[in-house]
Amino acid sequence: MILRALFVFVYLCCCFWSHGATIETCASCSIKDLRTAVQNAQPGDSLILQAGVYPVHELEITKPLTILGKQGAIIDGENQGEILIIHADSVNILNLTIKNVATSYVKDWAAISSDKASYCRIENNKILDTFFGMYIRKSSHFTIANNQVISNATLEATSGNAIHLWHCDSMRIENNEVKKHRDGIYFEFVKNSIIKGNISEGNVRYGLHFMFSDYNKYLGNTFENNGSGVAVMYGSFIEMKDNTFINNWGPASYGLLLKEIKDGDIKNNIFKRNTTAIYGEGALRMNISNNTFERNGWAMKVLSSCMENEVRDNNFIENSFSVFTNSPRNYNEFTNNYWSEYKGYDLDKDGFGDVPHRPVSLFTYIVEQCEPALLLMKSNFIALLELAEKAAPSITPEALVDDKPRMRPIW
Amino acid sequence: MVIELSNIKKDFGKHKVLKGVDLSFSEGKIYSILGPNGSGKTTLMKSILGLVKPSSGAITVCGKDAINDFKQREFIGYAPQIARFPENLTVNEVIKLVTSIRKQPSNPDPLIQLFEIDSFRTQRLKNLSGGTRQKVNLALSLMFDSKIYILDEPTSGLDPINRIRLKELLLDLKQQGKTILVTTHILHLAEQISDELIFLLEGKIKYSGPTEELMSMTSSENLEQAIAKLIQQQTEKEQAHV
Amino acid sequence: MFNVFKYVLFDLLRSKWSIVYTLFYVLSSSALLYFANSSTSAVAGLMNIVLFITPLVSLLLGVIYFYQNRDFAELLLAQPIRRTQYFLGNYLGLITALIANLLVGIGLPALLISNETTAFTELSILILSGVLLTLIFSALALLITLLNENRIKGFGYAIIIWLFFAVIYDGLFLMLLLYFNDYPLETFALVGVILNPMDLCRVLILLQLDLSALMGFTGAVFQQYFGSTFGFVTALTSGLVWVALPLAFLIKKGNTKDF
Repeated sequence: MILRALFVFVYLCCCFWSHGATIETCASCSIKDLRTAVQNAQPGDSLILQAGVYPVHELEITKPLTILGKQGAIIDGENQGEILIIHADSVNILNLTIKNVATSYVKDWAAISSDKASYCRIENNKILDTFFGMYIRKSSHFTIANNQVISNATLEATSGNAIHLWHCDSMRIENNEVKKHRDGIYFEFVKNSIIKGNISEGNVRYGLHFMFSDYNKYLGNTFENNGSGVAVMYGSFIEMKDNTFINNWGPASYGLLLKEIKDGDIKNNIFKRNTTAIYGEGALRMNISNNTFERNGWAMKVLSSCMENEVRDNNFIENSFSVFTNSPRNYNEFTNNYWSEYKGYDLDKDGFGDVPHRPVSLFTYIVEQCEPALLLMKSNFIALLELAEKAAPSITPEALVDDKPRMRPIW
Repeated sequence: MVIELSNIKKDFGKHKVLKGVDLSFSEGKIYSILGPNGSGKTTLMKSILGLVKPSSGAITVCGKDAINDFKQREFIGYAPQIARFPENLTVNEVIKLVTSIRKQPSNPDPLIQLFEIDSFRTQRLKNLSGGTRQKVNLALSLMFDSKIYILDEPTSGLDPINRIRLKELLLDLKQQGKTILVTTHILHLAEQISDELIFLLEGKIKYSGPTEELMSMTSSENLEQAIAKLIQQQTEKEQAHV
Repeated sequence: MFNVFKYVLFDLLRSKWSIVYTLFYVLSSSALLYFANSSTSAVAGLMNIVLFITPLVSLLLGVIYFYQNRDFAELLLAQPIRRTQYFLGNYLGLITALIANLLVGIGLPALLISNETTAFTELSILILSGVLLTLIFSALALLITLLNENRIKGFGYAIIIWLFFAVIYDGLFLMLLLYFNDYPLETFALVGVILNPMDLCRVLILLQLDLSALMGFTGAVFQQYFGSTFGFVTALTSGLVWVALPLAFLIKKGNTKDF
């Protein structure tokens, strides 16, 4: 027992010892520029950048190192190319302002890029006016947290992504603000990672773009006013919880686009005022529950390729259209949801309406066939047509029905 | 001449109501316009008031064009044939309304006294009887100091006492030099008050002149006979044509 | 003009129809605001009532009132007053009375029942639409009475005009849209909306309630129309044209009409 305590003590001392030296860099310090500082540093050293502008680009970091910015420390890439390139494990980049990376049509220039690194921390940085913000390749166990990554993208073709991950594993992306890029957060072949508490806003394409990435969670993020919302494609076992999808407007814009996705959970999310809240194409065995869909154009568009999905215990509140499907049949289950347009009654007082609810309206079909007819929305003539269709369904799918519609929303 | 009409023609579509009427009215006289239904009496009066726009011809009131200039109407007090008013206004309010539109001083009180409608002054018009409404109608038209008064069937709905009161009032106004135009079906009344008669038949003037002259011309004892003879002449003429 | 306006307004505000009309709006809007799940769904419910009832009442009440005062019109027009002033005075009196009813009928319950979730913007646009419809259909009512001495005919026209704009028009519109679906229909559809004041007002309210769905239009014309205040401004302008046209026609006809 005593031996073991001693061992732990010695081990801790060694750790402390190996933490390395602290090197200050500033205009009046002995080391004035960042490149020299990084080149002179020993593995495990900490570089402290005092306030000031440090012009540098194409700076490779090939040893474990901490670069810590004091307030007012700015690394300026001067639109020359990439800025910091991580080629080692355990590199920490903290509290810095990094700016000015030029747009390139050939190379994916980023403020911070990494290749085959692990256990790095990129935290509390402001990354401004860059092409890509972070471009992380074949890396693992990164923590990317509390960064602001803000650019000024206007066109897809001339903009990069704020946080771009490719072939990564076990990454944590938390509480970042990603704005005005092409995609806010981009995942391709990424596994076992968590995207949590981020705000992705005003990006010209997707707030979150997610491809071929399994076993990931994204929790408590806000996706607002992105060109096409959030796209989750070609993946399985994905958990999406407590996110907010808001104001994603446009003909090809979705709160959440599901494409070739299976075995995921979509729970406790809020979809508010999106043109289409959830668009599903080839979605399989998804569990969509406890979400609130409020004042969207279309709450759900479920194409015929979607199967065995369960839509349960959701609130559908004042959406222009609740559900659209292009199939006369239905292979998904809708049950126990609250539909604000439901006009039924509850005589046995069990909290569920006694008459099943058909969330697909005739008018959705008319609009799908003939877009300009959307102008007749809520007109009394359309109300008459709906009434006739409700009495004797001939166009809307008879099988798509909620047998136990709730009388009150669940919160 | 206070009012002059020259060659007034008016047609409503194919229907010719006035077929060229020349008339003049002078100060201090009462004129009765007579004629069977549809002969154009009301149209003639409304032309002078600017309510009906003649198809052709000219009308002057006090020497000025009365067809295109609405201002000439300030010389005329008018009582329409049908006395209907906004239902929810009171008698006082209607008097105030017409006074404010005319922008002339009005003196309704003597008329109100005369027709004994003082107790109705704060009542809504929809609650008044037809006779009372006609009294209001007359008061509205006579309460201004106008040069000309045009009264369409003024005695309709009036009881004998008020008919006599009206008659005396009109004669009094004549004494003051006013020009008064009256249409009426009651030939007896016309005979009593009018200085001159105008008899209209099918849009044309059959007779225009002093009342006594008509009687002697048709060698009749009263107006009724004289009118009957005028109509008879007309039918004979028509048959001769055929 | 002001004197005529004043008397029409007083006369109408004292009539029982005016009270019935106000009460109707008070009851329906309080019920909807009180019982609806949310303020916006109350607005959606009220929208259909306002779009249906406001034109109907404007037309019928207008036609009844002007026919009732047909004889009094003779008396007033025989006074030294311009006809234009007389007609505009009548029109202003009618619309002021109806708008007052509408404002009290919807505004008062909204203020009394309001809380922090009340959709005041949507409600204001709704009331604005009601006002616009009142302006338009009162002008049409005045025009109907001016052009038809026959009261039965006048009533018939009023009902037909209402039925046409309220239901028939949308049916024909939808049929045309579906029939010519293969052609580019954007401009046609927008013009179709502008030509029916009830549709126009409905779209004004939709711009508040269902903008997220309207943003789903793929067409560039729609995008331009609904993606900015351009849609709101053109809709409002077309509404005002709808007021101005019958009024201009009314004044032209009124000046040559025989009473």
